[in-house]
Amino acid sequence: MLDTVAKFLFAVIRVSTPLIFGAVAACVTRKAGLLNLAIESMMLASALTGVLVSGATQSLMLGMLAGFCAAIAITLIISYSSFVLKCDLYLVSIAMNTALVGGTVFVMYLCTKQKANTAGAIASLYVGNLDIPLIKDIPFLGQIISGHNVLTYLSFVMVALVWYLLYKTKIGLRIRSVGENPQAAESVGISPTKIYFLSFGMSGFIAALGGMYMSMGYLTWFARDMIAGRGMISMSAMNIASGEPIQATLAAMVFGAADALSNYMQLGSFPSELISMFPYICTIVILVLMAVARTLKATVERNKV
Amino acid sequence: MAEVLRMQDIVKIYSNGFMANKDVNLVVNEGEIHALVGENGAGKTTLMKILFGMEDFQGGRVLLDGADANISSPLDAIAKGIGMVHQHFMQVPSLTVAENVTLGIEPGRGMAFDKKEAIAITQEISDKYQLKVNANEKIADLGVGLRQKVEILKALVRKCRILILDEPTAVLTPQETQELFVQLKALKKGGIAIIFISHKLEEVMELCDRVTVLRAGRTVGTDVIENLNPAKISRMMVGRDVILEIEKELAKPTDLVLEIDALQYKNAENVMMVDGVSFGIRRGEIVGIAGVEGNGQNQVAELISGMLQISSGDIRICGKSVRGKNVREIRKMGMAYISEDRMVYGCAANLPIRENIMADRIHSKEYRKFGFLIDTKKINQDIDKLIEDFEVSCDDRTQPVRMLSGGNIQKVIVAREFSSGAHLILANQPTRGIDVGTTEMIRKTLVKKSREEGVAVLLVSSDLNEVLEVSDRLLVMKDGKIVAHFKDASTVSEELLGEYMLGVKTMTPEEMGELV
Repeated sequence: MLDTVAKFLFAVIRVSTPLIFGAVAACVTRKAGLLNLAIESMMLASALTGVLVSGATQSLMLGMLAGFCAAIAITLIISYSSFVLKCDLYLVSIAMNTALVGGTVFVMYLCTKQKANTAGAIASLYVGNLDIPLIKDIPFLGQIISGHNVLTYLSFVMVALVWYLLYKTKIGLRIRSVGENPQAAESVGISPTKIYFLSFGMSGFIAALGGMYMSMGYLTWFARDMIAGRGMISMSAMNIASGEPIQATLAAMVFGAADALSNYMQLGSFPSELISMFPYICTIVILVLMAVARTLKATVERNKV
Repeated sequence: MAEVLRMQDIVKIYSNGFMANKDVNLVVNEGEIHALVGENGAGKTTLMKILFGMEDFQGGRVLLDGADANISSPLDAIAKGIGMVHQHFMQVPSLTVAENVTLGIEPGRGMAFDKKEAIAITQEISDKYQLKVNANEKIADLGVGLRQKVEILKALVRKCRILILDEPTAVLTPQETQELFVQLKALKKGGIAIIFISHKLEEVMELCDRVTVLRAGRTVGTDVIENLNPAKISRMMVGRDVILEIEKELAKPTDLVLEIDALQYKNAENVMMVDGVSFGIRRGEIVGIAGVEGNGQNQVAELISGMLQISSGDIRICGKSVRGKNVREIRKMGMAYISEDRMVYGCAANLPIRENIMADRIHSKEYRKFGFLIDTKKINQDIDKLIEDFEVSCDDRTQPVRMLSGGNIQKVIVAREFSSGAHLILANQPTRGIDVGTTEMIRKTLVKKSREEGVAVLLVSSDLNEVLEVSDRLLVMKDGKIVAHFKDASTVSEELLGEYMLGVKTMTPEEMGELV
């Protein structure tokens, strides 16, 4: 029994990894006052690019670098069109998501003549797993937290880094000030446009890690539509935590648990489709509950006056 | 005392042709508190925006310490030692005082933000100028008075030598105002020149060393406070320039149309904006409300029209209460409303003239064909007639309203409001910022409406000329209360009106008599 629990918890961390990357990526732009709806496309682009370039060059370093570049290129297109040309940010982001679903398959076909996945067509590289010395020998706990992909550990490091960035650095202070009152920031010489570019760039960088985890860690190939809404779930996690990276990570892990559960359920007779609805239902329920709590709190405060 | 700032013959013409400053002169010395007074629209804010680099200007010079300043942007102004405390604070509520004060010039090595150092800097400047704040508190938890101190600290920490305060006491309680004055006097001792914008004369008398008065975009004069008194300043502020005579017969008021009963309105910040106002308007008469802007007149108009919710008291139109009714229901009761904010509430800028005029009557059976189709032919006929009657200069009825000049936009709005068949017309600043021709047309039509069609008119305006010329009876509001009532507006002089508006004088209830 204990063994099953440990395996399940291990799976939770494994499937939560891309969600954590996505959620903290979303936190960075949210603190600058904008929703990054395009995390989905950033993940998808970097997942494919990482596989193709690492396969072609046989260098993991170059592959990952290309993955970052792909995601950042997307953030630049989105930032330029919405912050300089003043297109609607959300329409551009949604268009990007939709375009890349087909776009990645097209590029994959050009490079590999495959339309479903790159498995077998490209000998791409991947990031390995890490057994943590000492901890791996602790019963139960070792089974859960040791032996994960390097990127999984990096995701938790990233949470801490983003938290530090937002709350302990000058740039974080500026990001938060622009997010809350752009006029105030502008009046002391901070350019909101620059901050938007920067936060989207950082968001893209972090989302790229999530994408590459999918194709160079979780799996070792790229498959069409392999992000499958994870970017969107990450955004819900960020939203529930109103952009706080640590709380967003916890929310992402709740969704990860739901995801892992649906994988397990597929083994039994329970309809797994019902379980895979869970993250989304969960989002709606939590958002409604939070809105109710907010209204109640406001009423109580008004009555006090 | 050395001169720090000289603004010489400043001319500012806005892109719509409005001349906001005409050869304005302002000289400020080191270590003085200099009051800049004038009515709303006199050009004070424009002048300060020019000084702070927020607006360009067409003529004149700005000199700092005797040399041309060439201030290109607010940042440049800050760098040149000018600080401005805006009426709306430029702050980030979830950050602490120290973070707000040092935002943009954050201390710390490399990337890291040194919170302790930020607190130390804030505390040091706060101690130096005796502006006591807790550097560690969040802005959101502070009251308005403290937030204003933070705003002053922000200017001081950037080493400002000229501090502009735009109506700083408008948001403060009397105690906070006194505290602010003590601090401003301390800053003055420290050699900082303060420009204090206000139209509260008692404050100007108490605090300032010299006064510059603006009226209608021109400098009326500058003098030291010893030579002035409130009555003198008020005369300088409100003297009339152009007199547009409007001929009108004596009003013959009949039945009551509008009754307002002990009306109160508290805004979201719990400030009592309208405090126990009661009056009535009869058919065939025009009642004006004068007052310095922000004393509740605008709120009275918005409460009647249903744009704001009544806190207590009642408003009745033809005997029926407007409480709980929405704007459309109130309009059905016979109310027409010319809003103060033309572009936000008066029209839909991107829609054609036709749609803008039809907005309040498209539901009417008059414009239906077969009971459910829109009768476009009749609409077009009626709209063309209105465009002709109100002399709207436009290409045709399908031209988007935003393409028209300000005066013509207002003509479209009054064409709608004057043709809706209302018993009660609320005209809230109906001629602000528009040309003389349109102004005259609107004023004449208001008079015609009341005399020929027996409409009750409420005119809220900060243009004294307008309220004096157009109104039959005149009310004055100050601090949300009615402080004066003149049964015959034509006998009132602008000097007298100014004294009531600025609180130099107040009428007793007996003097006011019945307000219907």
